[in-house]
Amino acid sequence: MRSRLAEALLIAAASTILFAGLASPAGAEDPAIGNCTWCHGGGAQGYLPAPRLAGQQRAYLRAQLERFRMHGRDAPASIQFMWAAAENLSDGRMRALTDYLAALDTKPAMDGNPALEGRGRDIYQNGVADENIVACVACHGPHATGVGAIPRLDGLSHSYLVRRLTDWQNGYNRAGATPMPHIAGNLSPDQIDALSSYLSNTRYAGAAR
Amino acid sequence: MLIVACSLAPGAAATAGPAESLSEKFAYCQDCHGPNGQGYRGFYPIPRLAGQQTQYIENQLRAFLERRRKNAIMLNVAHGLHGNMAAALAARFNAAKVAPIGGAPQTLAAQGKDIFDHGIPEKDVAACAACHGPAAQGTGEIPRLAGQLYEYVVFKLVNWSKERGQIASQPDTSLIMEPVAHSLSRSEAQAVAAYVSSLR
Repeated sequence: MRSRLAEALLIAAASTILFAGLASPAGAEDPAIGNCTWCHGGGAQGYLPAPRLAGQQRAYLRAQLERFRMHGRDAPASIQFMWAAAENLSDGRMRALTDYLAALDTKPAMDGNPALEGRGRDIYQNGVADENIVACVACHGPHATGVGAIPRLDGLSHSYLVRRLTDWQNGYNRAGATPMPHIAGNLSPDQIDALSSYLSNTRYAGAAR
Repeated sequence: MLIVACSLAPGAAATAGPAESLSEKFAYCQDCHGPNGQGYRGFYPIPRLAGQQTQYIENQLRAFLERRRKNAIMLNVAHGLHGNMAAALAARFNAAKVAPIGGAPQTLAAQGKDIFDHGIPEKDVAACAACHGPAAQGTGEIPRLAGQLYEYVVFKLVNWSKERGQIASQPDTSLIMEPVAHSLSRSEAQAVAAYVSSLR
């Protein structure tokens, strides 16, 4: 028990260093994981095409790493970058890493089109009943902070949000993602642009639950 | 467009536009209420509709429209239901058979069963079974509670007067529950919710 706890603490420290972008013996000796910061950025704020991980829901991060492992996330970028990374992540390291990431402060990407924010907000908060588009707010919450395995969306980059929604439309990432593939299927390109603009330009200042 | 595959999905192909197609509207309901209508834990608890009384579902959809029941999301949804769609959707959910999703604190269930079966005489709380039936199946406009999400039942009971019966000149069945919900403490509401959520 004690040695496992010590290992977990060590991993937590290593993860911190990994994301702080400092020279890390643990990271350097672990080429299988590589350095998360190469794609996700030093503060885990995301960098094209990798999403921001800072402040994300812990249970969501764990579920996605599991889906990369099981190859349920099968979009081209996932296969290229995340399958090997997740496969070589031990359970203990995954827990430490996701704990660390969930606790980081967030910055909004702010790369959406401000002119589309109003329309995006309307779709997010109200849905479009006549087009069978559900209100995102029901699951992702009034401030898009998510809960549990439902991801936080506020401040994620426009390009990432557009890609995730269109990946579902193109048949990727379906396993274990119910109900999002069906919901995304009802959205037009314009609606996806508006929703992603609203979300990327939004930041909830309070604590996510 | 892919319709979520599930045991309830009808075989008939949709020929009308999205707003008029019953199959597509049903899939839209399932986006939030779960692929088998079993309910879903979103940011808000989204209720189970599987096995629900058709008259209850139809009355609630009218209540959202008439603003007797306050719910911004369902108000929009109800506006998008045309013709006899509400009745047809209610019938589909009523016919759905799926196990409860579980997740309630089972330590409370015994106390909940006692309240459900016998009420709380010293607080003038009637037995839930008197109206909802001994197996919590409901009848007519009185809802089935069996298998309902624990969080949803608790939330409704503690929030009753803020969202139900909002138009005094149009009293509805929610009036029956008002004093009951008012009399139950939070822990008693949790106990009843834990009990009914486990019933099939």
